[in-house]
Amino acid sequence: MWNWFKHKNYPDFWKEYLKTFKIKQPKSIEKTRFIVFDTETTGLDTVKDRILSIGAIAITNGIIDVADNFEIYLKQDEFNTDTVEIHGILKEGNIEKFSEEKAIEYFINYLQNAVLIAHHAAFDVKMINAALTRMNLPKLKNKSIDTGILYKKLDGKTGNHFNLDALCKEFNIPKHDRHTASGDAFITALLFLKIISKLKKERTVYYSDLFRTTNNKGLI
Amino acid sequence: MKNTIAERILDFLKDYPPFNLIQKDTLLEIAKKVEIHYFEKDQIIFSQNDTPHEHFYIVNEGVIRLYRFAEGKKHIVDICDEGDLFGLRPLIMKENYLMGAAANEESIIYAIPIHLFNDIILNFPKVSQFLIASFATNTRDPFSEKHKGKLFANIKAIKKVENSFIETQSAKYTKNPITCSANITIQEAAIIMTKNVINSIVIANNNIPIGIITDKDIRTKIGTGLFKITDTVETIMASPVVTFPENITVAEAQIARLKHKVSHLCITKDGTNTSELVGILSEHDLNLIQGNNPLLLIKEIKQAKDAETLKYIRSKAAELTKGYIEQEIPIYFVTKVISEINTAITKSAIELSIQEIGTKPPVNYSWFAVGSQGRKEQLLMTDQDNALVFENVTESEYENVKAYFLKLATKVTEKLNIVGFDYCPANIMASNPKWCLSIDEWKQQFKEWIKDPIPEKILLSIIFYDFELIYGNKELYNKMATSVLKYIKKNQIFLSFLGKVTLDNPPPLGFFKQFLVEQDGENKDNFDIKSRAIRPLVDAARIFSLYHGLQINNTIARYKKLMEVEPQNKDLFESCSNAFKILLTFRTSQGLANNDSGKFVDINSLSKADRLKLKSCFNPIKNVQEALKIRFKTTQIG
Repeated sequence: MWNWFKHKNYPDFWKEYLKTFKIKQPKSIEKTRFIVFDTETTGLDTVKDRILSIGAIAITNGIIDVADNFEIYLKQDEFNTDTVEIHGILKEGNIEKFSEEKAIEYFINYLQNAVLIAHHAAFDVKMINAALTRMNLPKLKNKSIDTGILYKKLDGKTGNHFNLDALCKEFNIPKHDRHTASGDAFITALLFLKIISKLKKERTVYYSDLFRTTNNKGLI
Repeated sequence: MKNTIAERILDFLKDYPPFNLIQKDTLLEIAKKVEIHYFEKDQIIFSQNDTPHEHFYIVNEGVIRLYRFAEGKKHIVDICDEGDLFGLRPLIMKENYLMGAAANEESIIYAIPIHLFNDIILNFPKVSQFLIASFATNTRDPFSEKHKGKLFANIKAIKKVENSFIETQSAKYTKNPITCSANITIQEAAIIMTKNVINSIVIANNNIPIGIITDKDIRTKIGTGLFKITDTVETIMASPVVTFPENITVAEAQIARLKHKVSHLCITKDGTNTSELVGILSEHDLNLIQGNNPLLLIKEIKQAKDAETLKYIRSKAAELTKGYIEQEIPIYFVTKVISEINTAITKSAIELSIQEIGTKPPVNYSWFAVGSQGRKEQLLMTDQDNALVFENVTESEYENVKAYFLKLATKVTEKLNIVGFDYCPANIMASNPKWCLSIDEWKQQFKEWIKDPIPEKILLSIIFYDFELIYGNKELYNKMATSVLKYIKKNQIFLSFLGKVTLDNPPPLGFFKQFLVEQDGENKDNFDIKSRAIRPLVDAARIFSLYHGLQINNTIARYKKLMEVEPQNKDLFESCSNAFKILLTFRTSQGLANNDSGKFVDINSLSKADRLKLKSCFNPIKNVQEALKIRFKTTQIG
């Protein structure tokens, strides 16, 4: 009863978002709309730190669609001068900025039921969820894929931590606009395509394989 | 809203043609709609005969190969690397892909929606020009009989834009010129001209131009007493007038004035001399636009008293060439003008030399240019290649006659050398006793070359098959030309030998990262545009022309005639002609930029646009050489 009541009070954009999950998902790599995204934040603490910008781009049928991209900057009171030199976003820059609520609303509208992709996805998803919590909303419902974990599914890849810079080097991806949300999202999108292509050469890749967090080779 | 990814794509596109010709804000709109495709090695982008996609492609990273299946075999047609466009022509032509495209290595390509690009083609004339240039040289598809002749059919839309581009350079003429009626006196006309400070007046009836008088007429016809100032203007006016429509271009005006030898052109509403006069285009108007004017230069050449003056005028002609190239005036027009100037200089040098000797030539003779000047393709300062023929004389006269012409030729070549035409290193000059011969001796020489075609002799003689009369007796020249064509007709095997020698210049493969242009490794960073690209096209045109007995020397004119003579090979000859024009323009602009003959091109210094331009010329070279091989069975000889 409480749940039902709370549901009633969701803002319209969230209701629309929920509706998209009622549509049956294709469960095929080719037909799924993937959204590769990245956040720039004031720091790495998912409780204290805040999102400064979100960049995202869609992949459908192996094609990165520039027309289907998202880029937004957030007004935040929290500010950490230490990370400015990484992401380059100043508190009072001349880029148009939006309140966290508005930015998250736009992002949710953009996402719909897409499958999320991010490098070290857990962190970015947590940051978005933290913002949602501040807005009294539930967590994201989207499935997500971590390119760091996906990479480990390739033959002969051991070890635990693979940062984006190392993978850029391995996969020969130019590091333009590194450390901007959109730039990193774009780099991650290319990385995703390259990993999938390499995986496909090694074995048959099933849709469900993408979400396995263990180094399980699936049904070989 | 900020769009970092689109900006990144813009940043890539802006360096490559034709995107470098599009203004930034428009290009950003395109960048926002780009799709990025990733292909692994050997993955297919589209297959031959597929219906066209909604996008065309540019290679962002990697290498794409274009291939065709024909006669059961796969042929690699082209290799595209970073910045190369592909899959555009079928979209514009609205036809299926003529070839397939596959990733030669792991590649990222950008797909650009054609619907966005259609507007660009219409709004950016330079873009359509670039596309025409790159399509034009690729019209021939050696593997497909089916598509022959129709490849150009749908390109009208683009061509129209090209024309309107030339129109933007339309000549500025004087509007609403002052006119008078035919029955006023010359004095009255002169008073009107003086009062209005004009150097010409159009005689018109209801504003329809019927004649024109200029300052010159007053001087030559009145001043000399041939006519009286009380005669009517009608008696001295030049009529009919040369008329053009309002959108006359600078280039057209120049050509018209060269052709009609007039100083004023009348601009009428519909361009005919029966419609209303709207303006007058004078020599002066054109000079204002042009700075230098070929007619003016030729006039100055005629008045030149010594070689130093000629040298000065020739340097002005070089500036003119530069201006023409910058203005993208069609190359055939530029070659025409510059050849006229070079011819005028040679004529003047001959006349000055005869004056110096003090006695007239003892018998009829003709001076002719051979090689590139003979073909009227000399745009830059190059070596002088010339020869002389004189009438047959008795044995007793011979020595004196030859001595006279050798003396004359020596003086002429000295003057040309001062002007800036270097002595020919192979000594192919009229001052060489070997190339200063009587008509019978010349005939004997050609007979020998044609009947006994050993490679060394062919290489030496090849230059003489492009010979053009510069000065002197036309009949002598014609006799010689006719007999050469006659000998060749009788000895067709000669053409096979000629073909074989020219095929020793294989076409370049292309410039891509690891593929090197010069396979022999010597001159690695320099591309010999003259020997590798221009000469094979010149040679092919010559052989086909000799085969058909055409008495034409200019390469463009040769291909044009060949298109008529062999309609079944129209596409081939057209693509050769286009490639030749592009290469010649390229060589000229390179030569002007580096102040040399433009023979060698430093590949590393080339922009992507120039590399693409050059590359697009290689296919016609390959194709025409194949055609030579088959036609003249060059493989069957030695």
